Order: sequence, then C-alpha cells, then structure tokens
Amino acid sequence: MRKSWWKILGVLLLVYTFIAGLLIEVPRNPQLQETIRNLFFHVCMWFGMMILFIVSFVRAIMYLRTNKHIHDIASRQYAGVGILFGVLGYLTGAIWMSYTWIDSNKSIFNSFDTIAREPKLIGAAIALLVYAAYLVLRDSIQDIDKRARISAVYNIFAFAMLFPSIWIIPRLLDSLHPGGSEGNPALDPGSASANMRLVFYPAIAGWTLIGVWIATLKIRMKNLYEQKLSQ
Amino acid sequence: MFFMFFANAQDVKMSDMMKENGKIYVVIAVMLTILAGLVLYLIRLDRKISKLEKNK
Repeated sequence: MRKSWWKILGVLLLVYTFIAGLLIEVPRNPQLQETIRNLFFHVCMWFGMMILFIVSFVRAIMYLRTNKHIHDIASRQYAGVGILFGVLGYLTGAIWMSYTWIDSNKSIFNSFDTIAREPKLIGAAIALLVYAAYLVLRDSIQDIDKRARISAVYNIFAFAMLFPSIWIIPRLLDSLHPGGSEGNPALDPGSASANMRLVFYPAIAGWTLIGVWIATLKIRMKNLYEQKLSQ
Repeated sequence: MFFMFFANAQDVKMSDMMKENGKIYVVIAVMLTILAGLVLYLIRLDRKISKLEKNK
C-alpha cells in the first residue's frame, strides 16, 4: 500500500462523481435536460485522453534522451490507454448526440448531415487515427531499438498533430458543442454552472487517475514479459 | 409566448420525480456496483503483478 495513495484517491473521486454527479442540482437547459450530467463522464474521457497523450509524449522524449527501454514501454502503454479513452469519448458522444442534436423537424439522414460536419468530431477522428497509425507503425518494426526510436519520434509528431486537430481548428469554427468559435469548451466558467464544476473537476482527476493506474499495470506487465524474453 | 415558456427555467422538464421518490438511488447503487467490480478487478491484477515482480 506504500505508493498506492493516488489509486485510492482516484477511486474515491470516481465514487464521489457517481453519487454527486447524479444528485446535484443542474441547470435546467431545455435542450439537454438531465443529459447535461454527461459532462461528468463524456467530457472527462477527452480530458483523460489528452492528459494520457501528454504523458506518452513526455515518456517518448525521455526515451530519446536516455535510451532506457522502460520509457519506450511506458510511452506505448500511455498512448494505448489514451486511445481507449478517446474511443469511449466518441462512443458516449454518439449516444448523447442522438438524443440532443438530432433535429426532429428533419429526417434522420438530414440531421446527421449537420452533425457529421461538426468540426470537433472531425478533429477528434483525425487525432485518433494519427495515434492508431502510431500503433501500426510500431508493431511493424521487428528490431527493438529501431522500433523504440522510430515510434518515439513519431509519437512527438502525433502529439504535435493534436494542437491543430483538437485544440485550434475546432475552436475557430462554429460548432454544436458549447464554446464553439468563441472560446474554450468545458473549461469556460460560463458554460458550466458553479455547482457542476464542483463535480466536474474532481471527475476529470478521478477518471485520469484510473487511466494512469491501468497504464502502469500494463507497463509493469509488459516489462516483466520483456525481461523474461531476454533471459 | 412560447419563448417565455422556455425562459422560465423551472418549467423545463427534468426527472424531478426520480429524486422525489428516491428511485435515483437505485441507479446510483447499480453504477457503484459496476465501479466496485471494475476496481476490485484492477486491485487483484495489481497484486498479481506485484507478486510476479517480487519473484524475479
């Protein structure tokens, strides 16, 4: 139990999220109604993904600086869990939008036509595909050192692609998401009530800590496996 | 008239009944059970890996 305080913290924050997230008073928004509570789950997936990708990027640089194999393993596993969070964000978003963005005055096909133009969807898809290519590139190289170096360099480029695809371009264009072209979605104090932020920030921390926990388990497992191979 | 209806926030339909009759706690219980199951799984996995690391 020596180094596990942050795992306990992550679990406690999630328990708090699940209880308070369903019980607190939320703004009565005519379009969202109770689905506004998805903020504590759907949006947190994207925050978790961004933080995990940042960690992956840092470990990639650390590998290039030190040539220590553990950083290479860590970089790969953090990216893997980050992609998982991104896919979960996409799936939860798909469920949420089919109840709030579908325009009942139009046919589903025409309604989807507007939603498919949503810049945040396209940007997130580009980012996830860039990271998916990272996994493909990495697994196609047999030599361990070459694989580590090339994938670390690619990881840095993939991280650089996050800036235009999810942090810049979607914020310049009109969007169905809150904070479309006039600012920061989610973190803007104007788009979530004070009450909701009381749950939202702990929820981000909780989900991220769980993601980091899963990644560390995978890193330790992979490390054991590779040590066994090299014996 | 229609806009005035929406302007009054208290008139937006929410699941107030869930809170009144306490059924929302059933949903919370289900979600917490799933969370507990997943966390227990992670803890067991963590312990197993720690054991393997000690055996090295």
